[in-house]
Amino acid sequence: MQWETVIGLEIHVQLATKTKIFSGASTAFGAAPNTQACAVDLGLPGILPVVNEEAINMAIKFGLGIDAEINKVNVFERKNYFYPDLPKGYQTTQLEKPIVGAGHVDITLTDGSTKRIRVHHAHLEEDAGKSLHEDFHGMSGIDLNRAGTPLIEIVTEPDIRNAEEAVAFAKKLHSIVTTLGICDGEMSQGSMRFDVNVSVRPKGQKELGTRTETKNLNSFKFMEAAIFKEVERQIELIEDGGTVIQETRLYNGDTGEARSMRSKEEANDYRYFPCPDLLPVIIDDSRLEKLKAEMPEMPDAKKARFITDFGLSDYDAEILSADQATAHYFEATVSVSDDAKLSANWIMGDLSKSLNQNGMSIPESPVSADMLGGLIKRIKDNTISGKIAKEVFEVLWQGECSTADEVIEKKGLKQVTDTGAIEAMIDEVLASNAQQVENYRAAPEDKRGKMIGFFVGQCMKASKGKANPGMVNQILKQKLDG
Amino acid sequence: MAIDASGIKKVAHLARLSIDDNAVEATTATIGSILELVDRMQAVDTQGVEPLAHPLDAIQRLRPDIVTEENQREQLQSCAPAVEEGLFLVPRVIE
Amino acid sequence: MYDKTIAEQSRALASGEISSVELTQSYLDRIKQYDGDINSFITVTEELALKQAKAADALRTAGNANAMTGIPVAHKDLFCTEGVKTSCGSKMLDNFIAPYESTVTGKFKDAGAVMLGKTNMDEFAMGSSNENSHYGPVKNPWDKSAIPGGSSGGSAAAVSALLAAGATGTDTGGSIRQPASHCGITGLKPTYGRVSRYGMVAYASSLDQAGPMTRSAEDAAIMLNTMAGFDTRDSTCLNHEVPDYTASLNDSLEGLTIGLPKEYFTAGLDSEVEQQIRNAIAEYEKLGAKVKEVSLPNAELCIPAYYVIAPAEASSNLSRFDGVRFGYRCEDPKDLMDLYIRSRSEGFGEEVKRRIIVGTYALSAGYYDAYYRKAQQIRRLIRDDFLNAFKECDVIMGPNAPTSAFDLGSMSNDPVAMYLSDIYTLSVNLAGLPGLSVPAGMANNRPVGLQIIGQHFDEARLLNIGHCFQQATDWHQKSPALV
Repeated sequence: MQWETVIGLEIHVQLATKTKIFSGASTAFGAAPNTQACAVDLGLPGILPVVNEEAINMAIKFGLGIDAEINKVNVFERKNYFYPDLPKGYQTTQLEKPIVGAGHVDITLTDGSTKRIRVHHAHLEEDAGKSLHEDFHGMSGIDLNRAGTPLIEIVTEPDIRNAEEAVAFAKKLHSIVTTLGICDGEMSQGSMRFDVNVSVRPKGQKELGTRTETKNLNSFKFMEAAIFKEVERQIELIEDGGTVIQETRLYNGDTGEARSMRSKEEANDYRYFPCPDLLPVIIDDSRLEKLKAEMPEMPDAKKARFITDFGLSDYDAEILSADQATAHYFEATVSVSDDAKLSANWIMGDLSKSLNQNGMSIPESPVSADMLGGLIKRIKDNTISGKIAKEVFEVLWQGECSTADEVIEKKGLKQVTDTGAIEAMIDEVLASNAQQVENYRAAPEDKRGKMIGFFVGQCMKASKGKANPGMVNQILKQKLDG
Repeated sequence: MAIDASGIKKVAHLARLSIDDNAVEATTATIGSILELVDRMQAVDTQGVEPLAHPLDAIQRLRPDIVTEENQREQLQSCAPAVEEGLFLVPRVIE
Repeated sequence: MYDKTIAEQSRALASGEISSVELTQSYLDRIKQYDGDINSFITVTEELALKQAKAADALRTAGNANAMTGIPVAHKDLFCTEGVKTSCGSKMLDNFIAPYESTVTGKFKDAGAVMLGKTNMDEFAMGSSNENSHYGPVKNPWDKSAIPGGSSGGSAAAVSALLAAGATGTDTGGSIRQPASHCGITGLKPTYGRVSRYGMVAYASSLDQAGPMTRSAEDAAIMLNTMAGFDTRDSTCLNHEVPDYTASLNDSLEGLTIGLPKEYFTAGLDSEVEQQIRNAIAEYEKLGAKVKEVSLPNAELCIPAYYVIAPAEASSNLSRFDGVRFGYRCEDPKDLMDLYIRSRSEGFGEEVKRRIIVGTYALSAGYYDAYYRKAQQIRRLIRDDFLNAFKECDVIMGPNAPTSAFDLGSMSNDPVAMYLSDIYTLSVNLAGLPGLSVPAGMANNRPVGLQIIGQHFDEARLLNIGHCFQQATDWHQKSPALV
C-alpha cells in the first residue's frame, strides 16, 4: 500500500528578552542552579506576575514576520497541572486569545519548488524549569532558572508531508526568528524545541490517521531522524494489523531510540481559566505601527532582492538569505569584491567547507567578508587565477596575513600576463616536447581540443600556476596550429 | 449536577488531595450540597452576557525589560524542605 | 492610652505625652494578659515590636514622623513579613518564615508603625467564623461563646479587645466587614485595585483586597493613607490618585442620597439586626441624608457566583503548596505522587480541601461553561445592578450579616448554612466596590455593624459618612469588658 505522512509541528521558541515574562529575573543561559529564580519564578505565596513589554513586542514581531493577524486583546490563561518543574502548579499561557493568529511560512525544497505551510497560531507562555535526574540519593533536583522564560509556541496546520519539508520549515523558522532578533537560535541550549505530530494514512484517504506527538526535539537532525523512525513504526504497525494509539513519545537523540512516555496519569484535564492576576493586554495601533517600522528585511524579501539585485540563482539566494549572519557576510563580501556570483560561489564553496571542517559558524570565520572580498577582487582583475586564489585563501584562513594583496605580494603569486614572457615559456615547453607537438599536428581537428590540455598543463607547471590560463591557451593555439 | 463518590475521588486526585475511605460518603454529601447551592445559577438566563473577569475593566500594564531581581537563592531556599547543591530535591521524576 | 484611637495616640506621641515604647509595651502586656483566651494572635513579635517602637521614637525625635509612626498594629497572618512566620492559619505554612515583605506591611514598616504580631484567621482566608484555623478558633471578645467572624477574625478581635491600636485585614467575600461588624469595630474593604495585593497569600485573586480594621472611621482613614496606592508589582493594582482620606472626614452629609436595597431587608434578616440598621439610617436622616429604596435584582445570586469563582481561583492559587519549595512536606514520601498527595492532604484543613475540590470541579472539562463561565456572567449582572443603583443614590446601606455573631460551633458542620450567611457581603467583592462597616448597636447582646457600600474609588466618601455617624453616636467607643 502507498502511505502518506501528515505532519504538524509545535515549536517552542525562547524569546531573547533580558528578563522573564512575568518577573525581573535574568534569562541568561548557564547560571548556577536557582540563582536566576526569584520569588515570582519560585511561585512563593503572595507573589504576583507583571508582563514584560519586550516579550509582547517580540511576539508581535513574529506575527508580522509571518504575515499573521495580531490579536489586539490578549488574555493569559492558567493551564493547571502538577509537576516539580512547574512551580505554581499552573503554566501561564494563552488559549482562547493567542497573540498571533493565522499566518504562513513559505519553504523551498531541494528540487527548487516552494511550498506554503500554514501557521495556525502562535501564543505566549512561560517556560518551565528543569528536572535534573543525576542521582541525589534517589531524588531528582529541580532547577527553576528557566522557569518563566518567555516562549512563543508556534502551531502549524498539518500541512507538512515528510521529514524534508519538516526540516525545511524548521530551518526557515530558525531563519525568521534570528533575523527578527527575537530568539538567539541556539538549539543546543534549548532556544528552539520542536514537538512533532505525525500520522500516516493510505494515499488518497481524506481523514487523518491517529497521530502521535514526539516531544522536545532540539536539533534539525534529531527531528528528521525522529520523523523517519516514527513514520516507519506507524506503517509497520498498521501493516502488521495493529493500530496507532494517540500518545506522547520521547526520542533519544544519542541512541536514536524512541519510546512511549510511561505517563500513567489520567487523561489530562488542564482546567484552563483566565489568569485572575493578570489583566487583558491590549495591543494598540501605535505599538503595531512602531514595531512595523522596526521590522528588518525578512528572509523571503532578502532572497528576492538577492535574485533581482545580484542575479543569483534561486538556490544560491535561498542559502545566502537563510540566516542573518550569512546574508550579512555575503553582502559585505559583494560590496568589496563587486562580483556577486563569485562571492556566492566562494561563500558556499571554500568558506563553507572550511567552516564545516572546523565546526565554526560564519561569525567565527578567520577570513572576514572584507578579506574574502579583497581576494575575489584580485581574481576578477586577473591578478591571480582561481587556482592561486585557493592558495591565498588558505593563507588567509591560517591567519598569516590579513589581506589577499599582502599574501600575493609576499609569496609572489601575481599572475603573469606579459605576452612576451608567456611566449618565451611556451616556446620552451614546445621545444622540449617535440614528439607531442608532432602528434598534435598530425591529429585530426576534433581530437586537438583535448590534446592541447597537455601543453596548457606543462605551461602552468612551468609558471608555477602564475601564468594567465586564458592567455596561455590562446598563444598555444596560435603557435601549434600555426 | 450531582456528583457521586467516584467523581469526588477523581476530582480530588486532580487536585492532588486524598479523601479517607471512611470520609468519602460525608465529603460527597457536603460537596453535593454545595454544588446544589451553586446550581441556583443555572436558572438564570445569561445568554449574551459577557463574562466579567475583573470588576474594573482595567488593562494590563507592561513592565520594562530590565533585570531587577539579582540572585537571592540562599534567602529564598531558607524555607525549602530539601535542597542540595542549590537544587530543590523531590522524589525521582520519571518521565 | 491603649483605649484611645490611633488619631488620639498619634497626637499623644507627637506631644511627647507617651513614647511608642511605652504604648507598645502596654499592648504587649494586654496581649499576655488576655489573648490566651481570645486567641487573636498566631505570632506575637515582642522583641521586634519593641525594637521598632524604639526606632519610631527616634524618628519622632528627629522630626520625621507621620500619623502612623510609633502606632502599634497587628497584621493578618497572610501578609508576608520578612523573617517572621506567615502561616495563613494553616499547618501548610506553619514552618514558613516569609523571605520577603508584602507591599502593605512594607508600607507600615516604612511609615514607622510598630508590628505587634500576626493575627489569627480562617485558614487561607476561607471561612466566616474563624473556626477554620490550624491555631484554633478566635473568640469574640464581647462574648466568648460567640465567633468573632472571619476570615479576619483575629484582627477584629484584637482591635475590639484593645490588643492592638489597629490591624490589617483582607476581604474576599466579607472577611473585613463581617468580623468588624461582629466585634463592634470599624472595617473598610477598599475598591479592588486600591491596595496592592503583592505579598498577600492569595485566596481568590480577582476578589481579594486588603483594608484597615480600626476603632473609628478616622483611624481607618489614617491607616488607608498608608496602605493605598499604586504598586508596580501588582498588575491588578490601579494607578489611581490617592487622596488624603482624613481631609474630607467632616464634609457635610447634607443632600446625600442613601439607597436601601429592598432585597437586603427580607425575611432572612434577624429583626433585632434590622432594627439597629434602621436606627442607624434614621440617624443619617437627622444628619441631612435622604433615603431611597433601590433594587439589586440579582443580589441572591452572589452566593452561587462567589462560591464558584472564589473556589475556582483558590484551587489554582493553592496548587503551589506542593511540598517542593516551601511549606509542609509529608514524612518520607515514597514517590512524587505520594509527596503531592500527602503533603497537601495533611497540610490543608477540611474547609480548604472542600473549596479546592469544588473549584477543581467547577473548572474541569465539561463543567467550565456551566460553572465558571456562568458565574462570571452573573458577576457582570451583579456589578451592573450596583452601577444602575448608583444612578439613583450615592451610597448603599444595609447589614453586613443576617444575624449578629453566632455561637462557636453552631455552624461548623454545615458549610452551606455558613455560606448563606455571607449574603450581604459577597456581591461587593464581585463588583469590586468599596464597603465600610461601622458599629451601629447591639442585637442579642452582640455588636451589629452597618454596611455602607460606595462607588469605585469612593473610599474617602465612605469614611466621611462613617465618621459623621461616629460624631453623632458612640457605638464605636464601646469596648467589651475583659476578664
